Amino acid sequence: MLARLKSNQRTVLILACLMGILIVCLLIAAAFGAVSISPLDIVKMTLNKVGFTHFTTTWQATDETILFQIRLPRVVAGALVGAALAAAGVLFQGMLRNPLADPYIIGTSAGGAFGATLAMMLPLSFAFLGFGLIPIAAFFGALVAVLLVYNLARVGGKTPIISMLLAGFAVSAMLIAAMSFMITMSDRLQLRLHSIWSFLMGGIWVSDWSQIAIIAPMIIGGIVVARFLAFRLNAFSLGEEGAAYLGVDVERDKLTILGLGSLLTGAAVSLSGLVGFVGLVVPHAVRLVLGPDHRLLLPAAALSGGAFLVVADLLARTVLAPTEIPVGIITALIGAPFFIYLLRRTRREYAF
Amino acid sequence: MIKLSLSHVSFSYIDVPVLHDIDLAIERGEMVALLGPNGSGKTTLIKLLSGVLRPTEGEIHLDGSSLRQLKRREVAQRVAVVPQQFHMPFSFTLREVVLLGRTPFLKAFSNEGEGDYKAVQTSMELIGVTELGQRFFNELSGGERQKGILAMALAQEPKLLLLDEPTAHLDINHQVEILDLVKGLNREQGITVIGAMHDLNLAALYFDRLILLKEGRILADGPPSDVLTEGTIKEVFSASVQVMRHPSMKTPHIVITPKRT
Repeated sequence: MLARLKSNQRTVLILACLMGILIVCLLIAAAFGAVSISPLDIVKMTLNKVGFTHFTTTWQATDETILFQIRLPRVVAGALVGAALAAAGVLFQGMLRNPLADPYIIGTSAGGAFGATLAMMLPLSFAFLGFGLIPIAAFFGALVAVLLVYNLARVGGKTPIISMLLAGFAVSAMLIAAMSFMITMSDRLQLRLHSIWSFLMGGIWVSDWSQIAIIAPMIIGGIVVARFLAFRLNAFSLGEEGAAYLGVDVERDKLTILGLGSLLTGAAVSLSGLVGFVGLVVPHAVRLVLGPDHRLLLPAAALSGGAFLVVADLLARTVLAPTEIPVGIITALIGAPFFIYLLRRTRREYAF
Repeated sequence: MIKLSLSHVSFSYIDVPVLHDIDLAIERGEMVALLGPNGSGKTTLIKLLSGVLRPTEGEIHLDGSSLRQLKRREVAQRVAVVPQQFHMPFSFTLREVVLLGRTPFLKAFSNEGEGDYKAVQTSMELIGVTELGQRFFNELSGGERQKGILAMALAQEPKLLLLDEPTAHLDINHQVEILDLVKGLNREQGITVIGAMHDLNLAALYFDRLILLKEGRILADGPPSDVLTEGTIKEVFSASVQVMRHPSMKTPHIVITPKRT
């Protein structure tokens, strides 16, 4: 049936379904926790809060506090991080023409980890617009690492993709060595090993709307801009030269895609540390099901990534409650088998 | 209207010179083959004409405007390229690949429209790949893929079609099919065609004008019977051949005799 619809109608229908799934996931995730709140009450409370409706209060005041102060910021942050990582994954996979690339491939993870570790070593603590020093350092660490990689890979006005990958590998290795050295030498860091580990495994520890207020426009805006690059990402599938034959300004677009992908990744890392697998598996899985056309793939992957991480984070905080499992463990545990299943099931095979 | 002129064009990769002081004029509607051994500069010349490489010295003019002054997009709205082969890492359908030909016409923040779909449909019909539209590009045969790329290039509605050894790695039936299609586009749509060709006999059969390159210089330029002689082939390829006449086309036909039998 889907095939018979016009491609625009099919796109709208698929995105509407995915949006619905994301909203359902958000509701379910907001309902569960140490205190359960009924999804119906969540909808009513939210609509009241926004000012659309005036439902009579049938819930306890504490429920409202838990929902708005604790649960919603966390599930919304989860959706944003998942969407950002999946969209960045689509951008990097498309630009590098490699379905196995992920948002961390050119140094953002190592840069973010280095920045965070450096911040933990400094005897400083401050908060800026709801952000502590660590997320700010992680964000800029990620961006500086990519900037470094891009400039190292630049030869005679061009930035060949292979040199970008190699430079990314080398810069990552250096940053991780430096980070390990700092941990070895600093007593202060030895005491905070658990925090470092938590950052590396990733987790959604957001309980503050002000962080979301800053990051959300960055992530949503980034995804909207990325969607407008989708047609040219399709052209990139023919290789840099093929894209150039089609009128693409390859060097300019590479820089735009790289900058946008890194901004999305940096924003995600600042909220959640290094959550793995979302940026690799979600774009890949969505591509296997819906095809490689970036005009649909990009928004579809963003919505799916959001839903996926919201569910993963729900499991992370409920499975062994009150102990929280780092969400990165959950994303890998769900992501890897699902990925294998899709690879074996699909007809849309990859040519490497 | 397309008129292409090269004046004193030289090109070097870093400091390896590839083309020296090329002067050339190609009129609208011509069908020109670039010939020469590997390394003689024919692929480089195709890339210079497409604008993805810039001459180290000299100027290339397309309808009076210098390629240096045109944006990539503006060049791609007039000039399409069919390379030897594309490696496609993702499973696009053939129709999705043909639609890529509309890339140079899309503005930065807009999607494709009815006009683009129409161009895609027309070019797929012209090349005869309409029924392959929903097949995955990667699963098609080499000949079908090359026809798909030709349809993509045609969706660019080019005035000038550049071919870089379009029939390399293809079986003989597909070589003939591709070149027949290209000849049809030249004769019926008036598209100027410039193709780097490896096979001298195919070039003589399909192209009206041959340009023979040796070490980055033009050695001969003219109709097939003037360019393909035993003398020029000896000079350019260091090969001893006999030039016969094609039995029905009367074009030069090169025959080789093995040294050992």
